[in-house]
Amino acid sequence: MLADVSRAQPKLLLFAAAAVVLILLALLPSYISLYQTQLLTYGLIAAIAALGFNLLLGYTGLLSFGHSAFFGIGAYSVAFLLRDAGIRSMELYILIGLPVAALTSALFGYICVRHTRIFFGILTLALSQVLWTLTYKFFWVTGGSDGLRVGRPTLLAGMLTFTGRDAFQRFINGYYYYVLAVFAICVVIMWVIVHSPFGKALQAIRDNETRAAFLGLRIRRFRWVAFLISGTFTGLAGILWVPLNGLTTPEVLYWPFSGEIVFMTLLGGFRNFTGPIVGGILFTYLKTYAVAATEYWQLLLGVVLVLLVMLLPTGIVGAISATAAKLRWKEKPA
Amino acid sequence: MSILIIQILNSLFYASVLFLIAAGLSLIFGVMRIVNMAHGTFYAVGAFVTAWLVGRAIALGVPAAWTFLLIPVGAGAVALLGVAIEPLLRPFYRRAEEYQLLVTFGLLLILEDVIRLLWGGLPLSADPVMDVLPSIRFGGLIYPGYNLVVIAIGVAAAIGLWAVIYRTKFGVMLRATSQDRRMASALGLNVGLVYVSAFAIGCFMAGLGGAIIVPTQTAVLGMGIDALILAFVVVVIGGLGSLQGALVGALIVSFVRTAGIQFFPEIELAVLYLIAAVVLLVKPTGLFGTA
Repeated sequence: MLADVSRAQPKLLLFAAAAVVLILLALLPSYISLYQTQLLTYGLIAAIAALGFNLLLGYTGLLSFGHSAFFGIGAYSVAFLLRDAGIRSMELYILIGLPVAALTSALFGYICVRHTRIFFGILTLALSQVLWTLTYKFFWVTGGSDGLRVGRPTLLAGMLTFTGRDAFQRFINGYYYYVLAVFAICVVIMWVIVHSPFGKALQAIRDNETRAAFLGLRIRRFRWVAFLISGTFTGLAGILWVPLNGLTTPEVLYWPFSGEIVFMTLLGGFRNFTGPIVGGILFTYLKTYAVAATEYWQLLLGVVLVLLVMLLPTGIVGAISATAAKLRWKEKPA
Repeated sequence: MSILIIQILNSLFYASVLFLIAAGLSLIFGVMRIVNMAHGTFYAVGAFVTAWLVGRAIALGVPAAWTFLLIPVGAGAVALLGVAIEPLLRPFYRRAEEYQLLVTFGLLLILEDVIRLLWGGLPLSADPVMDVLPSIRFGGLIYPGYNLVVIAIGVAAAIGLWAVIYRTKFGVMLRATSQDRRMASALGLNVGLVYVSAFAIGCFMAGLGGAIIVPTQTAVLGMGIDALILAFVVVVIGGLGSLQGALVGALIVSFVRTAGIQFFPEIELAVLYLIAAVVLLVKPTGLFGTA
């Protein structure tokens, strides 16, 4: 009984904190400039991608260096739907794009989960680069290095359209709330997944594969499903990203972009739930300001990454929670 | 017929360069158990340094024939860079692979921009070196003599590396460390020194690859990133950590690529990645790998 209360309380506290953060995020656009709203939208999208990625890295213990594939598949699905089918509805983009991303993840995952560790990484890398080179070479289908343009979609089944005066302004504001809503749903779904028996099984496999196998878990199947979910989340991020960006190029399929997804997850910390969310948003700001501040932004990012891996391997959120735990320990020594 | 010969020579030329890059990557992995994501960038550094040196030398009035000597200098500069960078990697030898990949990825970002910082974004070329040697004619076909030199360097590097690893005392130390680091250390080997040497040799090979290719094509930003992925394909096919594997893998990749450019240019790279994926599925250790 007592144990139940003490376990339920932090959970309640966490939900309250999440609700407060959500409300703050919803209020924010009234106080910040349009550009900041746009940037924050990019950040939330990156957070969705990192959240999905972390199901593999943090919870399943598999480092994928090919998640750009799913992000790109999402983005190009939208571009094709617009160009070849004339679809302009965001809901249709998601409804059609998600299964496409899921299917690609299922296929890639089916191949990749046969390996772990370094070979898993190289395999995901190789497969994602197949997509990159095909996109690059079949320019009459994909636009090649010029990419494909994507105009502003309509939101909420055509209830919100963005043409005429102030279209850009209204779009950014409207789209921010749209992305925020999708983001909130994603966070809830991911929370449920990692705290479900399935999520616990993934963590068991990550911590000790042999023991998990003896418990009767079908390891490869579990990894495959984790891969599938992970890729689909990242694909969703790609779908949401492209109308905001207005253009998709093969760059989003190229492997250094996969590296960026790894980077943001590590920045926040991959051993806890909120890490990738914080990392995704923070990375977006870091990169934007680094690019604006210096021509040599890659150098800056590289130094940050090396320092991060050396000094803060558990990421920002990990370091904060470790410090908090230490402080709590000092307050009431038991 | 003559086209076939030229294509075969082109494949061998390409295989030489690819072997140099992939053998370095494989050696570093074999000894240090680190997959160096920045390895392609070392190759790019070799190309840029050599092109820059050649440009300076020509500007100073050095006869073009002497600029040949700058190729090993360029490669040596990359080896020195490797020696300088290796201490940075030391804290990661005992840590999870994820961190090793990430720190070398960070290194890649840094080095790519250092190249841009030093030489700007413009392509650098070193054609005078190539023009020194006349084109060779045989049986109605013309082939640049320099490309034959590159093939010869590739062959010499393969033999040299094999001799060092399998016929010298240092090679025994290298292989012992690769098999069991702790045991080697317990037997009194200076493992730290072996690591630095292996990393330096690996970097030298990559730098040499860049140095010998730059007279035939310009050094451009991003060339290292492309090269890394191809080197990955090579070592995956041949087996990570295996010298024969790097050689056979480089030959396979080069011939497939040359054929690809001729017959199926759109999917030439895709085919290579797919071959790598299939090899990983069927024989994850590669054709010659044991790890």
